[in-house]
Amino acid sequence: MELLLALTIGVLMASSVYLMLDRNVIRFLFGLILLSNAANLVIFLSGRLTAGAPPLIDEGAYAPTGVVANALPQALVLTAIVIGFGLLAFTLALVYRTYRSLGTVNSDEMRLAEPVSAPRTTPHPDPTAAPGTPPASDPTLDKTDATTTPTGGEARA
Amino acid sequence: MADDYPKVDRVMGGASGWFSIALPAVLFLYFLGLVPQIAETPQVRGIEWVPSLGIGLSVLLDGLSLTFALLITGIGTAVTLYSARYLGQHPDYPRFVAYLMLFMVGMLGLVLAGNLISLFVFWEVTTIASYLLIGFNADSAKSRRSALQALLVTGTGGLILLAGMIVLGTVAGSFELVEILSQGEMLRDHPWYLAILLLFLAGAFTKSAQVPFHFWLPNAMAAPTPVSAYLHSATMVKAGVFLLARMNPALGGTEAWFWMLTLFGGVTAVFASVMSLRQTDIKQVLAYTTLMALGTLTMFIGAGTHYAIMAAMLFLVVHSLYKAALFLMIGIVDHATGTRETGVLGGLAKAMPLTGLAAALAAVSMAGIPPMVGFIGKEFMYKAGLGLGGFGAIWVTVMIFAASVMMFVVAGIVAWKPFRGELRQTPHAAHEGPWPMLAGPLVLGALSLIFGLFPGILAHYFVGPATHAVFGEVREVHLYLWGGINMALVLSLLTFLAGWLMYRRHEAIRDRLTRIEEGSRVNFDAGWDRVLDGLKALAAWQTRLIQTGNLQTYMAVIFASFTILVGATFLLRGGMGSGINYQADGIHPIQWTVLALIAMGAILATITSSRMTAVAALGVVGIGVALIFIMFSAPDVAITQLLVEVLVVVLVALVMLRLPHLPVRSASGFRAGHAAIAAAFGILSTLVMIAVLQTPFDRRLTDFFEIASWPEAHGRNIVNVILVDFRATDTFGEIVVVVIAAVGAYALLRGAPGARPTPEDEEPAQVAAADKGEKV
Repeated sequence: MELLLALTIGVLMASSVYLMLDRNVIRFLFGLILLSNAANLVIFLSGRLTAGAPPLIDEGAYAPTGVVANALPQALVLTAIVIGFGLLAFTLALVYRTYRSLGTVNSDEMRLAEPVSAPRTTPHPDPTAAPGTPPASDPTLDKTDATTTPTGGEARA
Repeated sequence: MADDYPKVDRVMGGASGWFSIALPAVLFLYFLGLVPQIAETPQVRGIEWVPSLGIGLSVLLDGLSLTFALLITGIGTAVTLYSARYLGQHPDYPRFVAYLMLFMVGMLGLVLAGNLISLFVFWEVTTIASYLLIGFNADSAKSRRSALQALLVTGTGGLILLAGMIVLGTVAGSFELVEILSQGEMLRDHPWYLAILLLFLAGAFTKSAQVPFHFWLPNAMAAPTPVSAYLHSATMVKAGVFLLARMNPALGGTEAWFWMLTLFGGVTAVFASVMSLRQTDIKQVLAYTTLMALGTLTMFIGAGTHYAIMAAMLFLVVHSLYKAALFLMIGIVDHATGTRETGVLGGLAKAMPLTGLAAALAAVSMAGIPPMVGFIGKEFMYKAGLGLGGFGAIWVTVMIFAASVMMFVVAGIVAWKPFRGELRQTPHAAHEGPWPMLAGPLVLGALSLIFGLFPGILAHYFVGPATHAVFGEVREVHLYLWGGINMALVLSLLTFLAGWLMYRRHEAIRDRLTRIEEGSRVNFDAGWDRVLDGLKALAAWQTRLIQTGNLQTYMAVIFASFTILVGATFLLRGGMGSGINYQADGIHPIQWTVLALIAMGAILATITSSRMTAVAALGVVGIGVALIFIMFSAPDVAITQLLVEVLVVVLVALVMLRLPHLPVRSASGFRAGHAAIAAAFGILSTLVMIAVLQTPFDRRLTDFFEIASWPEAHGRNIVNVILVDFRATDTFGEIVVVVIAAVGAYALLRGAPGARPTPEDEEPAQVAAADKGEKV
């Protein structure tokens, strides 16, 4: 079972990495969810698997009677699940907000902080797609109000 | 030039002016009082600074450092007195004084330092002060460029020097100069000797502007004239020479030392002399003759005989006296007439007699005419050069002869031509300078004469002890004006003859040099610009390469690095262990099913181009993971996982509705490179996991929690006890993280400029709140 679970972890990891390498931030988000699950399984499996014996102390006893499951990784995984959820909620809000402001979920087009100095690829036909590109460097972006209208996202939503 | 600023009414620069004059004057008197004592025995004093690193603020007082200290404070007094009048009404004069005092302290620290590291710190202080002073007229782009150029050239040299000092300190086992200087023989035979030497020379040659690093010094003349006189002639640029002299007992005396120093020094001296003839701006003429002096000093320190060291120390003093006086003199002329062009100036002797006197005293010393001390300096340089053996004697003598001839010519250009003949028309009517500006050049000029007439004082108190410090052993130093008829005197006479002939034709020579320079393609200054442009292009290139601003690239680099580093460690450390012992029996069909569901869910989420399919697939994975927790005795974890998973699916689905559809798979396509990284990452995870499972299991922590849970924390659910009792602080930290995430998400969704809050907008914020509630 341990070996099979290790293989499953490998599949989860590979899928999550492939998703996180996508330029679409929604897929990136999916990858993040998978990565979180995979990491939790890694912690859990490292503490070994014990079937049918939860780490509880019987009434009247001072310590568990017989072998029970490893409590330590369970505590760690509990924490990790919650933190992973916090991270996910924040990332979700960030993706949503980015889409509202920039009108794109393509990370290539999110160039507001680090504009591409020379136009290297044809930007998205929608002017709101690449508001970070200086208007002077790109003849298709002569409408400078592109940077101030976040309505592009809403229009498509 | 010095007059086009709004004037502030200050007498002698006000309080800052008087302070700036008093400080060097007091220090000068203090150092002067030490002279008789130090002439007999050098001293080391000091306090500890960073004892754990062997760095002390020790002070090494010997003939060399004291001579330098007297030059720094003495010329410093003349310069500050001069600047109080020259710049005292400048609105930024207090800033100027601050820089100048910073420089003076740095320079004094440099020459007095008894520890290599503290020497380096002061070395850098002078570099920075020089940068600030050259760029004093910060409105001028030329000033800023020159300042930056000086900073970059000398700063780079400084860093190389630091490397050399660290290597030297490591080899010698100490950063204290006294201990390093006493280990000369060991150091010269050490295999790292050449490396140390080259690193030190890089530092010294950039600071003292030896060819090919000379170009920053003439540009540094963008600084106000007193700064040029002080930093870029009399003191700072000699720091490199000082370093060479200081290190001579430790590093000197080898073939490499001799040839590196005499070749670079000789080339610099002659190249600079020729270039100085080419200039028409008298300040530029003087700047190039400073280069000549620095080259000469380097050459003689390299020659290394007792006579050569003595000649170097003598010329050091001689040059500082006459060059500072000449710079200050040309400042007065500039101030009074509004120009420094040699073609325009003439006949100033009648209008400015005292300035003319100072110029004459300094220039006669520069030309090496008796009875000035400059004559003695030149005689001893010839003697030292002739005293060397073999090719070295010819090289040094020829170089010094060429340089001396041209110094004679330059002396005529800067101090004879502007003052003789009829008074010419200048931008301002020429008039005599005020006394604070005249005092310095006159005193310095007079000293050139006094030391020439009474060389015994110089020999006993300054040149002798300094030579002793540099040469490493005590020998009699005897200076004299008249040494009888010998080869040096013949050379001197030849120098005068050749110099006089050249002076008569110097304008024609200049024209020819100008034509040669214009036709030449070697231009160090332009080369510097090309180096800088190349550096910027390199920086831009590597920024584009590394910081693409592209999330995809960053992620690929991170995952690939992780895979390569962990994979390499795994292979090198034998992570594969004893192989895999696999038992497939005993696995319940339900377990097979759950694992298969997880794997298929993950793959489906990866390949689908439907958002909702992906969300559902992720839900399958999450529930599958929860089932694993249930099967393997983790009910608490399973419950949390189920709750969170449901929440995640709902939230993601809700937000998805407001985000665009995923692009059709063909749009982004199958990314083979990324798939390779992902596959490698996944395989490595599995392998590492298997390796972990094969290591012996350490249950110590778990045992502790099992035994302590009830007696110490009165809890029967061990997982809960760990979370809320033993590791309660961690749980608190976790809650803080969740709160920060909630606040961040809320701020993102509500504070959006331009994003109109709609009822749907608030849902993700509730998400975060719900998340908090779930945990509590």
